[in-house]
Amino acid sequence: MITLNINKKNYNVDVDPETPLLWVLRDVINLVGTKYGCGVAQCGACVVHLNGEAVRSCVTKVSRAVGQKVVTIEGLSEKNDHPLQKAWIELDVPQCGYCQSGQIMSAAALLRENKNPTEKDIDAAMAGNICRCGTYLRIRKAIQLAAEMQRKGIKIP
Amino acid sequence: MQHHSKFGKPSSLPVKTIAVLSVFLSVIILMSFTFKNGSKISNTKLEMMNKDSVESVKAFMDVYRVLMSPRCVNCHPAGDVPLQGDDSHLHLMAPQRGKDGKGINVMKCSNCHQPTNVAGLNMPPGDPNWHLPPANMKMVFEGRTPNQLARQLVNPKTNGNKTLQKLIEHADDGLVKAGWNPGEGRTVPPLSHEEFKKAWITWIRTGAYAPRP
Repeated sequence: MITLNINKKNYNVDVDPETPLLWVLRDVINLVGTKYGCGVAQCGACVVHLNGEAVRSCVTKVSRAVGQKVVTIEGLSEKNDHPLQKAWIELDVPQCGYCQSGQIMSAAALLRENKNPTEKDIDAAMAGNICRCGTYLRIRKAIQLAAEMQRKGIKIP
Repeated sequence: MQHHSKFGKPSSLPVKTIAVLSVFLSVIILMSFTFKNGSKISNTKLEMMNKDSVESVKAFMDVYRVLMSPRCVNCHPAGDVPLQGDDSHLHLMAPQRGKDGKGINVMKCSNCHQPTNVAGLNMPPGDPNWHLPPANMKMVFEGRTPNQLARQLVNPKTNGNKTLQKLIEHADDGLVKAGWNPGEGRTVPPLSHEEFKKAWITWIRTGAYAPRP
């Protein structure tokens, strides 16, 4: 039995320690906001935070998460009111939406370290998150809008 | 209380005690110097050991073949983006070196590269210390000639502040050895780790000569 701390809650799961974290999140704990995209750490759809770092859960063994703090898109904010979530809604960022939880989790890690990212900073940070609908321009705008909200006092959790 | 030595000179017990203690103290000081000099001696020996430019250059050319293999050169790129694959193309997603060589905010090496290799063909290889050289000492291999690389490797200002002794020890570094456990779908360097280490040490111990430019 493995104990995981996900979104500030402890879960006891009976899984092989080699199982990818993504499988445990989706199939065992039923947190399905995190998506399976490529399974080889190439697309970014499965990004979750492991102690604040934007790891790719499809290649992260669940054993790496033991004793650590995992945050998924469901735990990014309590009322879906993270500045990024607000900006995403404000600018209608998603098209099909499949990659968006990974995009937002990556963007959240960026804004935590860089409160005022330039377009170049955003492009460099988000280069590992692929969107087949090509919403990149709206993603970039939304990150800048969220950064502005953050500067105006909406606290980023 | 006074007594006489066999030469008839007067002496006193405290003086004798001080003398004996002095001898002990001297021995202790000498011993500490001997231990301190242990590493120095080995360094001196290392520098002076069997200098042989022909053997040294020959060994270096074997070393060079390994260091220029994709498993080594891919993480010692000329730019700030690592290389990838046996054809050493720019790493997909263009992750950047960052200040400490471990990537930048969202794109840290360890976000994908796990402490161990991920099972499966061409899956991300792993090591607990996966990184590029830091931004303030890039230790570039890509594009270096044998002469340039040899000179770079022996200069502490361009080799990560390593002495020759530290260079020898570096052959057993975990990330260096990871080159011989690259995960499925990647070739290993042209020599075994054992052969590489032998050539590496031979190159250094015979004088660490650089091949002609």
